[in-house]
Amino acid sequence: MAQVSHIAEEQASSPLSSSKSVTLKISRYNPEHDDVGKFMEFTVPYEKWTTVLEAILEVKKHFDHSVAVRYSCRQATCGSCGMMINGKPRLACFTKISELNSNVITVEPMNNFPVIRDLAVKFERLFDTHQKIKPYLIRDDTELETDEREFLQSPEEVEQYIQFANCIKCGLCNSACPTMATDSSFVGPQALAQAYRYVADSRDKGKDSRLKIIDESHGIWRCHFAGSCSQVCPKGVDPAMGIQFLRGYLLGFRS
Amino acid sequence: MRESTIMKIHYGTALAAVALVAVHILMRLTMNYTESLEYENVLANYKLIPYAVMLELILILLSVHGFNGLRVILLELKQGRLYEKAVSYGCLVAMFGLIAYGSRTIIMTNMGMV
Repeated sequence: MAQVSHIAEEQASSPLSSSKSVTLKISRYNPEHDDVGKFMEFTVPYEKWTTVLEAILEVKKHFDHSVAVRYSCRQATCGSCGMMINGKPRLACFTKISELNSNVITVEPMNNFPVIRDLAVKFERLFDTHQKIKPYLIRDDTELETDEREFLQSPEEVEQYIQFANCIKCGLCNSACPTMATDSSFVGPQALAQAYRYVADSRDKGKDSRLKIIDESHGIWRCHFAGSCSQVCPKGVDPAMGIQFLRGYLLGFRS
Repeated sequence: MRESTIMKIHYGTALAAVALVAVHILMRLTMNYTESLEYENVLANYKLIPYAVMLELILILLSVHGFNGLRVILLELKQGRLYEKAVSYGCLVAMFGLIAYGSRTIIMTNMGMV
């Protein structure tokens, strides 16, 4: 009950009061009704710490509740609020308005993803390619029969892949990738980085099957090494580096 | 053929072509550059067996590399099973066609038929 009243209180709260304000241009597009998208502008007050997501939620609360946006954790952990902010793929909850150094903030849905409505996009392709590379440990001994209770790894072995395990599946890398824009069958930097994450894991025995999956005409070789995937990753995963390491396996430089 | 094998060939042909084309260009320096490109001198190059072999190798390397590059570009441009098959086989046929035509020129010139 206390929680319900808290939510009601939040709904009824007044707009942020601040001396500073920014123009938020939000892309509006409903594929079911609209032929082309349009932008709607809102003037939103902000503080030094206000994020773009908070500004969008401010718009939803006080100006137009019909703006469609996907979000959840508000702390760059769930990977839900990826969008184009001033032309660059970013997480809205992880981008402060003050650090954009602009009086106009333009928010659009992520590139290379079909739009559901406004800022919400479909993730089917990302999830399909992610699933395709078998994102789990493959071992013959699925059931432990010995007294050993866990697969032990040295810190050096963990270091081989831990950076790539930080992926939150936000899709920013796929959105920034130029090959994703032209090749609708390309497996994409997210899935390739995750393929490396498991290939480099000393507990995994599925290297050959994973390399076979990515070694096809729309697989790893279609990456042009633009590096934009690594540039936009909010978790520092560096998919471009993972792709180069995977190529090393396929060319015989790594084993 | 696996894509990694194709790409190994792609990278290998690029490196080999750079080396052989460098030799080909350096051969122009054996005499005055303009003089080396005169009709009789070019024919003389073709008639020298090692040089003709090198030209044939350059032709094969560049055809393989170039048409695979074209295949990759076309595959990225548009997708679809039929289209991709047409592109792959089309590039293969064009590659063999170009090698055959170029080889014909090299062999005929070498044998003094031109």
